[in-house]
Amino acid sequence: MSTIDENRYLRRRILNAFNLTLAFATVAFALFFLAWILWTLLVNGIGHVNLGTFTQMTPPPGSKGGLLNAIVGSLYMVGMATLIGTPVGVMAGTYLAEFGRAGWLAPTTRFINDILLSAPSIVIGLFVYELVVHRMGHFSGWAGALALALIVLPVVVRTTENMLQLVPNSLREAASALGAPQWKVVVMVSYRAAKAGMLTGILLAVARISGETAPLLFTSLNNQFWSNDLNGPMSSLAVIIFQFAMSPYEDWHHLAWSGALLITLFVLGMNILARSIFHKGSHE
Amino acid sequence: MSEPTTHSTHAILDTLFHNTTRLFAFLVFALLLGIMLTLTVASLPALSKFGFHFFTSDTWNPVTVEFGALVPIFGTISTALIAMFIGVPVSFGIALFITELCPAWLKRPLGIAIELLAGIPSIIYGMWGLFVFAPWFADNLEPWINDHMGTLPMVGGLFQGPPMGIGMLTAGFILAIMVIPFIASVMRDVFEIVPSLLKESAYGLGSTTWEVVWNVVLPYTKVGVVGGIMLGLGRALGETMAVTFVIGNAHDLSMSLLMPGNTISSALANEFTEAVGDVYTSSLITLGMLLFVITFIVLALAKLLLIQLATKEGKVS
Repeated sequence: MSTIDENRYLRRRILNAFNLTLAFATVAFALFFLAWILWTLLVNGIGHVNLGTFTQMTPPPGSKGGLLNAIVGSLYMVGMATLIGTPVGVMAGTYLAEFGRAGWLAPTTRFINDILLSAPSIVIGLFVYELVVHRMGHFSGWAGALALALIVLPVVVRTTENMLQLVPNSLREAASALGAPQWKVVVMVSYRAAKAGMLTGILLAVARISGETAPLLFTSLNNQFWSNDLNGPMSSLAVIIFQFAMSPYEDWHHLAWSGALLITLFVLGMNILARSIFHKGSHE
Repeated sequence: MSEPTTHSTHAILDTLFHNTTRLFAFLVFALLLGIMLTLTVASLPALSKFGFHFFTSDTWNPVTVEFGALVPIFGTISTALIAMFIGVPVSFGIALFITELCPAWLKRPLGIAIELLAGIPSIIYGMWGLFVFAPWFADNLEPWINDHMGTLPMVGGLFQGPPMGIGMLTAGFILAIMVIPFIASVMRDVFEIVPSLLKESAYGLGSTTWEVVWNVVLPYTKVGVVGGIMLGLGRALGETMAVTFVIGNAHDLSMSLLMPGNTISSALANEFTEAVGDVYTSSLITLGMLLFVITFIVLALAKLLLIQLATKEGKVS
């Protein structure tokens, strides 16, 4: 072997080692920021979360208070959005997976759904503003819930379709061979087999909308007081965090941090729960 | 004769079920048309007043009711490009590490950790950016950027400015962290479809891991990789809350990336509820429509590229 070859081999090995070290560094980079963000939340939030956070209303600047109305508003709107978005999403996903073998509708819808999945959520807010708020003449919790439902929809459509497509066709054929009509095959066989995955999709959708702020800004607006009336402006944790964090008041900042900690814990908890359900379901 | 009755009942139920699901699938389709149509109608007052000039003017003056979209368009595109500039190499590194280097037991926890990064709500990125990252950036990195990169020929102007922490560079950097999990996850998925036969052949010829990735994996998956990058770009263009916190919301056109600016989404988040008058509101909605159209095109391209890779994969296997 000549020395030139050995030099070249050395160069290749050095390049390899260098680039793989860089790859390792990129992973460290991402994990570093994850840790930094979570650490910041913990340090700034944990000292200000107490019983009052859950039992008192959002205060005017300079006085004590909690986040009760914001938490309740978020629960209302996220709950409603899930109730509206899930059935529609499951049905549409069912069509794509079970009936959409022929025709233009299924491929087109699939394509559009994937785009809606990543579409800017603030545009959804604008759309609902024009559709509901502008016509009704006032901001409302319903408009907020609708905007969130439109974000739930593509997530549920996507996971429902994917999960139904994982169900082996032999199961469907076995049921059909026993004389079951198609709706029964779908409801009793496909849905049951895909149950864990579909539930995962719904939980991921809930996690996604729990932290959404942009679509609520022009739909549910905000409300400094207790309100369980979906017909009026409604407070939400995400919008309160935005408002309080952008304000110059120290005690509002503290509340914003506690809200941020709560929302992140909830969202990450939902994510982990969804994953573990899916993991368990796929091992059964 | 109960048998035929049940049979026809089921036939009716079948048709009903089939058509109901079809109706809802159509609803998804109609949603897109609805968004397009609604926003177009709502943007007519601004478009009829300003015409095409709206897209080229950098004026934004609610007092004289003169609006132009140039500054937010410029901000949206430049922050997204900064995000891609940082995010793409990092995502590539992460995908490479997870698919080629990572021991099997570490794959799952690492994958979950990266996905948690995607799960953190954007408002949290915004708060962290405003209260923690921006001050740190202003104290530690921006003076260095001013001194070293600001003196470069040609591009120096991009990096000169007061070290305030907030501005387009900060926004782009935070966007980069936010899109990394999306790009990395697509890249990881497409890297995993490369047939082991191809990779092992290259290893058998004596290639190093890097050479396998650069000369075998990447050419095989390039369509999918570009698709993943476009997907990240689509996300970065439309991201709202994180950017709104740190961009500074200034309607001035500035060459420097250290100066505050504005993006379409941050202008909407800040001004929409305070906008008075039809033309102001309509101008903001026109911005929103423009954002929707841009992201739609980018995301549609991403999707088409990924479909193309999937069909190719179908043919190979």
